[in-house]
Amino acid sequence: MAKIIHNPLVLSSSRSAEKSESCCKLSGPTSFMSSKFLGNKLLSTNSATSPATRRSAAVVAVSSDVVKEKKLKSSSSLANLLITKEEGLVLYEDMILGRAFEDMCAQMYYRGKMFGFVHLYNGQEAVSTGFIKLLKQEDCVVSTYRDHVHALSKGVPARQVMSELFGKTTGCCRGQGGSMHMFSKEHNVLGGFAFIGEGIPVATGAAFTSKYKREVLKEDCDEVTLAFFGDGTCNNGQFFECLNMAALWKLPIVFVVENNLWAIGMSHLRSTSDPQIWKKGPAFGMPGVHVDGMDVLKVREVAQEAIGRARRGEGPTLVECETYRFRGHSLADPDELRDPAEKAHYATRDPITSLKKYLFENNLANEAELKAIDKKIDEIIEDSVEFADESPVPARNQLLENVFADPRGFGIGPDGKYRCEDPKFTQGTAQV
Amino acid sequence: MAASFGVSSAAAANAVKSPALSPPSLPVIRSEARPISCRVNKSRKAGKITTKAVAAQAENPASAASKPGHEVLLFEALREGLEEEMERDPRVCIFGEDVGHYGGSYKVSKGLADKYGDLRVLDTPIAENSFIGMAVGAAMTGLRPVVEGMNMGFLLLAFNQISDNCGMLHYTSGGQFTIPTVIRGPGGVGRQLGAEHSQRLESYFQSIPGIQMVACSTPYNAKGLMKAAIRSENPVVLFEHVLLYNLKERIPDEEYVVSLEEAEMVRPGEHVTILTYSRMRYHVMQAAKTLVNKGYDPEVIDIRSLKPFDLYTIGNSIKKTHKVLIVEECMRTGGIGASLTAAINENFNDYLDAPIVCLSSQDVPTPYAGTLEEVTVVQPGQIVTAVEQLCR
Repeated sequence: MAKIIHNPLVLSSSRSAEKSESCCKLSGPTSFMSSKFLGNKLLSTNSATSPATRRSAAVVAVSSDVVKEKKLKSSSSLANLLITKEEGLVLYEDMILGRAFEDMCAQMYYRGKMFGFVHLYNGQEAVSTGFIKLLKQEDCVVSTYRDHVHALSKGVPARQVMSELFGKTTGCCRGQGGSMHMFSKEHNVLGGFAFIGEGIPVATGAAFTSKYKREVLKEDCDEVTLAFFGDGTCNNGQFFECLNMAALWKLPIVFVVENNLWAIGMSHLRSTSDPQIWKKGPAFGMPGVHVDGMDVLKVREVAQEAIGRARRGEGPTLVECETYRFRGHSLADPDELRDPAEKAHYATRDPITSLKKYLFENNLANEAELKAIDKKIDEIIEDSVEFADESPVPARNQLLENVFADPRGFGIGPDGKYRCEDPKFTQGTAQV
Repeated sequence: MAASFGVSSAAAANAVKSPALSPPSLPVIRSEARPISCRVNKSRKAGKITTKAVAAQAENPASAASKPGHEVLLFEALREGLEEEMERDPRVCIFGEDVGHYGGSYKVSKGLADKYGDLRVLDTPIAENSFIGMAVGAAMTGLRPVVEGMNMGFLLLAFNQISDNCGMLHYTSGGQFTIPTVIRGPGGVGRQLGAEHSQRLESYFQSIPGIQMVACSTPYNAKGLMKAAIRSENPVVLFEHVLLYNLKERIPDEEYVVSLEEAEMVRPGEHVTILTYSRMRYHVMQAAKTLVNKGYDPEVIDIRSLKPFDLYTIGNSIKKTHKVLIVEECMRTGGIGASLTAAINENFNDYLDAPIVCLSSQDVPTPYAGTLEEVTVVQPGQIVTAVEQLCR
């Protein structure tokens, strides 16, 4: 088994610095090509030699380059910043919410409150927060089975997600979906899919609707769709088929690869002929970008660009986020295969710790303010567990209600009436 | 995948120009000879013909006496239905391979891309699983896509999306998202198209919870089912048949839909209930001619709704005749006939005087050779023999 101490993608980034010119050339003039950010980010990750300096160099180096393009305020310290205080606190709170929620899930699972396959997102919060906090409510998010935090970032209340995990009728899917199927019509979370790759065509369809609304229905629509999926999915046919269609029709979609290097126990390097996933974007005619997915500010920069491209109708982008999951693949995974040194390395790059450090170093927040947020989130999580505990389980009569949107689909019974008119139908005991 | 269609569509084009070229074993049924009785109107006088319209139009007898309506071929009827629905609702769109500029490999969407543009009639790359998934995503976000499988067999590649997403997503989302898609295309055994182009997917899809399946067999019900399927909030799979696209019939000028869940009474009778669908309906009707000459009175029902079954129409018939023959093109094992047999035994066992006889295709991959292909599907002679044995 391969021992991975340094992220192989860092080593290969030097090659990607050369390649970045060609990849952007294929896709035509875009901000990615003209932005200094990409090249400088890659240089900064190469120049650091130890994990500690790499991390801090990475956070500050990005800001100092981007700022040259921004208008400077009189205060020099404020001028160097990527985010305002308000934005910083929003990002912090969202990541803490994701982390605390997932930790609570682990507790609840081992206490027998939730069941089945539960996949936790610890360590990857920067990707969800970095992207989804830039979206409007009308924008759509499609995820995989590791979807709790995407739903939370998009705005689905923690109560509804926890209830769903407990299998209660107050869950966002009435208890019928479970951990791997988080949906919310209100917040435009289109799932939650158990088979990897299954959600990517759905996301492509949602992006198609956005384009259709604009061009056929002549509505004022600039909604974008984000499709989140992992490194394992990038060897799946649906991924490639959708890259093709999205680029072909210039759909307003961003393909976000959460490359955490592992598909259960299969290392990305053992399953992929060319492990640099971002390179697969230009092969289909869209920009491919690689970003440090443990740094929420960097992710946010890239996300802003990619989402902006999509909104302006310039087409899709493939963003590969190098990230890591601190826990096993699921709560049933003993996680014995990954090298402890690798885990230790990424633990030092915890996105929450990084953001905290950035906020302190740039005087955007103090200890007390962040502790207040921690406390607020703890209360939200406690409340969600209480709510889920007290919520009722689905009654039998819920069994048949949502099989069909039009329940006449159950057909006509021997007595000539539609089966859904049978009183036993609403009790859930009808023979269908 | 794309190899054979140059041939088929040329054949179809030829058939359009000269209908007389339709193969001799496939009778062209004119509406004048075929009564359609209304479920509400129970009178079954011999020769009384009424058309049934769910959209409650005034009863419009399409009998030989008056000649309202217009003549169409089945593929034109499908196109009319599609076009009317696209006109009516701007969210209705078409996805599929060669549906746009090519007009559809069986000409079902001919002319629609010119009229509605390349986005509403979308020519997709050859990626069934993904473009069916795209249709699901589009349906979830407000559109009403009609997706064509160039041949139904190709939709095996889309089984993931059809089963998990079309069928189940409404349920797993707790009812939040509807998937009003129509998945349609030609299937069935054609003229020496080889095993992979001769598949009957209705048997594979029937277990998927959350979808409806219908099979059209005449221009009248093709248009009606197309419109009803598009209007339905449920995902509907509409099975067409490669050999039925050139059937000609006079259909009403007025707008109509037919019920997705109801079966169609083709020929009322007293002696035996014959349940069939799609192309086998014509083999049954051919056998019926022979049977009538021999003194039998078969009742022929085109079940049309493959999932769910219309147990009311079927049950009423069984209560009258007490004998059932199922004639289908599905394979013997696990086909529609197998499910129908189980459903009838469960619900109407008391009314049966004899075990249900089910005539299905052989459990073989459809051979290319014409002589072998002929014996894999049920032929009229077998139907006649089966009825004679049942009614002994």
